[in-house]
Amino acid sequence: MTDISATADQEIDQDRRRFLTAATVATGAVGAGFALVPFIKSWKPSERARALGAPAEVDLTRIEPGQMVIVSWRKQAIYIVHRTPEMVATLGPDDAKLKDPASDSSTQPEYAKNELRSVKPDYLVIVGICTHLGCLPKQHFERGEAALGADWPGGFFCPCHGSKFDLAGRVMSGSPASANLVVPPHAFRGDTLVIGVDPQEGVA
Amino acid sequence: MANVTTTAAGKGGFRVWLNKRLPVDEFMQSQLVGYYAPKNFNVWYFFGSLALLVFVMQIFTGIFLTMHFKPGELTAFDSVEYIMREVEWGWLIRYMHSTGASMFFIVVYLHMYRALLYGSYKAPRELLWLVGMCIYLALMAEAFFGYVLPWGNMSYWGAQVIVNLFGTIPAIGPGLVEWIRGDYGIADATLGRFFALHVIALPFALALLIVLHLVALRQNGSNNPDGIEIKANLGADGKPIDGIPFHPYYTLKDLVGVGLFLIAFAIIVFFVPTFGGLFIEAPNFEPANALSTPAHIAPVWYFTPFYAILRAVPDQQLGALLMGLSVVVFLFLPWLDRSPVKSTRYRGWIWKLALSVFTISFLALMVLGLLPAEGTYVTLARIFTALYFGFFLLMPFYTRIDPVKPVPVRVTYHA
Amino acid sequence: MRKLAILVAALAFAPAAFAAGGGGTASWQQWHAGNQLGDRASLQRGARNFMNYCAGCHSLKYVRYQRVGTDLGISDEVLKENLLLPGAKVTDYVLTSMPGALANEWFGIVPPDLSLITRSKGSDYVFQFLKTFYADPNAATGTNNLALAGTAMPHVLSDLQGVQRAVFDEHGAFVTFEAGVPGQLSAAEYDAFVRDTVNFLEYAGEPAKLQRATVGVWVVLFLLLFTAIAWLLKQEYWKDVQ
Repeated sequence: MTDISATADQEIDQDRRRFLTAATVATGAVGAGFALVPFIKSWKPSERARALGAPAEVDLTRIEPGQMVIVSWRKQAIYIVHRTPEMVATLGPDDAKLKDPASDSSTQPEYAKNELRSVKPDYLVIVGICTHLGCLPKQHFERGEAALGADWPGGFFCPCHGSKFDLAGRVMSGSPASANLVVPPHAFRGDTLVIGVDPQEGVA
Repeated sequence: MANVTTTAAGKGGFRVWLNKRLPVDEFMQSQLVGYYAPKNFNVWYFFGSLALLVFVMQIFTGIFLTMHFKPGELTAFDSVEYIMREVEWGWLIRYMHSTGASMFFIVVYLHMYRALLYGSYKAPRELLWLVGMCIYLALMAEAFFGYVLPWGNMSYWGAQVIVNLFGTIPAIGPGLVEWIRGDYGIADATLGRFFALHVIALPFALALLIVLHLVALRQNGSNNPDGIEIKANLGADGKPIDGIPFHPYYTLKDLVGVGLFLIAFAIIVFFVPTFGGLFIEAPNFEPANALSTPAHIAPVWYFTPFYAILRAVPDQQLGALLMGLSVVVFLFLPWLDRSPVKSTRYRGWIWKLALSVFTISFLALMVLGLLPAEGTYVTLARIFTALYFGFFLLMPFYTRIDPVKPVPVRVTYHA
Repeated sequence: MRKLAILVAALAFAPAAFAAGGGGTASWQQWHAGNQLGDRASLQRGARNFMNYCAGCHSLKYVRYQRVGTDLGISDEVLKENLLLPGAKVTDYVLTSMPGALANEWFGIVPPDLSLITRSKGSDYVFQFLKTFYADPNAATGTNNLALAGTAMPHVLSDLQGVQRAVFDEHGAFVTFEAGVPGQLSAAEYDAFVRDTVNFLEYAGEPAKLQRATVGVWVVLFLLLFTAIAWLLKQEYWKDVQ
């Protein structure tokens, strides 16, 4: 070669070269890693998404007994059912017909892990998304409704694949779904239902 | 080279497996280690690799901005503010992109000026220069379209003025302007097509042109500050005596350049992102308003030399023509320059004077383009426009009579 | 290298030359807001001033109350009690309750959104604007303004500043202000009030500005370290080249 080989080999401090190479590569890698952080974080829900996903407030006085309203919270349909004592009475005795009566393998906050799956017996708050494949179950609150059989206790029926849920959102035997409908975190502040916070959270 | 083979064998399995299928080592060997570059590069030779770096950074930050930006006359401005405020770190990504645009032009202008200093456009590198000029033209279009996207008031009126320039073309002008806009004014349709061109068409064209530019560079190798063809002096091993392997010598040197560049880049992004209104202009923080032109309307700094030429001419069509010519004239440089010598180092006083006059004219026009077109500014712009064109049009004459010095056989290098 | 330095210098001075190109030099045009973004108490006072005096007509449509709270150290409770407009939630944008149509009827113009006013006009401009209202019997609002002649905006801070009189020379050029109707605040107190308000508006124009420089210092320090190491490595290899 040229001038380069003139000094080569005898004077070259290979250890220094290896050390400096390693130091440069390591520093560069750390820098690249840090540089990537903002780009990765830019995919997190933005402030707007978080503002839109903030707890939703529902005025309970506007829901008549036996009625259901649907509100949207974090892009999900939330079903709020004002259960009558008769509706509550349908829950419990049919335990044998349910896949997960005690909600052991279903998703709900600890304070809603009970037979009625609610904080107050009067109000059922569930995410209206079928735990099977994500369709919206339809409300069929009338007992013994013709299409669903004489023993239909009233509840939700998913039109996509035929999953059945009772008035506590618990899945019935024979349904393709295997878990109960999800209960979101929620709390009651007087006559207002707040979806997205736990009861003890943020009480001023 | 011996290194490479031993490492390859040492790494064993995977490297051998890989190279049988994809010639990674062969490519590195032929393109980096086996590529000999003159050893006398100075600071002017940083800007080529830096331009490539900025291009990659612009693509990267641009992809992330595209995820949040919403083209559309009702949404564009808001979505930029959304990025600046509500997307986590969005402000950093946006400032990197806006700063990158200006930095791209800084390094490209310095890169081009290097070619002027050392005659890098002269035979046998005419096509290298022409492809480079195509990159520059594509870059101007890319920057212009990008500038329109935030849909601020300067975006809007900048688009209005630039698009109307096409209206000065005889006969087809007015129809052409309407076709470019897709409406009777700068509108939603205009924004949509500019967005598509900015994020897909031109980046793609730029990438292709950059590859062509590099291929053309490798064909004859780099020029150098002495303007000597190092391939004319080969050693016993057939390698240029004044050349050194690109890797590791220039990869490492360029890495230092990258570090220094990123320091400057970070200082601007984090401390002066608008750069006193030069990189992001204050009126662009007002949404596009078809009923109100900003008081001082000027393009971004990198277009102002040409804009000053446009305003200096008291005739609409001639002004537009001269402005176009002031950019296009660079294409003819390889044939306008008749000097037997490449580098300014060995040229005579006539060339040095001409180049100094051109340098001053270009910078003066850049500043004048930012100032209002009033009084002495117009007179000055006319004088510098004449000098600017004089540099090019008189070049075939003065380069022939320029008293050049003898060019040495070997490059100048002091370790 | 020297030419490079000249080019950089030319680029750096261009904005200065640009600024020097504008207009006359009457003293009020030289006033600087002198606000400090790092002064959190000033920002909090500014937020209060804005909500009390400006938000009735002007919105900050890109600014959320909660973000202001987080950045300025104001709790949700204090936000709700002191700053929120009636009916607003902490996650809402600061939107004025005045309907645009009504504003148009009253002032002949919809009061502009102020999210970006300090970015498009500059903090000094807002400072000068808020300080140069003067009595003008010919104006519909009873006042006019030096920074924005013929403004449709009434002098909403007149109970604080009072209403000063402006003296013009025979050519109509502004000479000086003289005392008119006094206000509740002294001149210095009013300056501080305006400075806080401008400070808050500057924050609202670019919330990221609060963290930008802090991050930047670390990034630059890291890059200096990287460049130093890379330079040592380059020097080591370049020993080969004679």
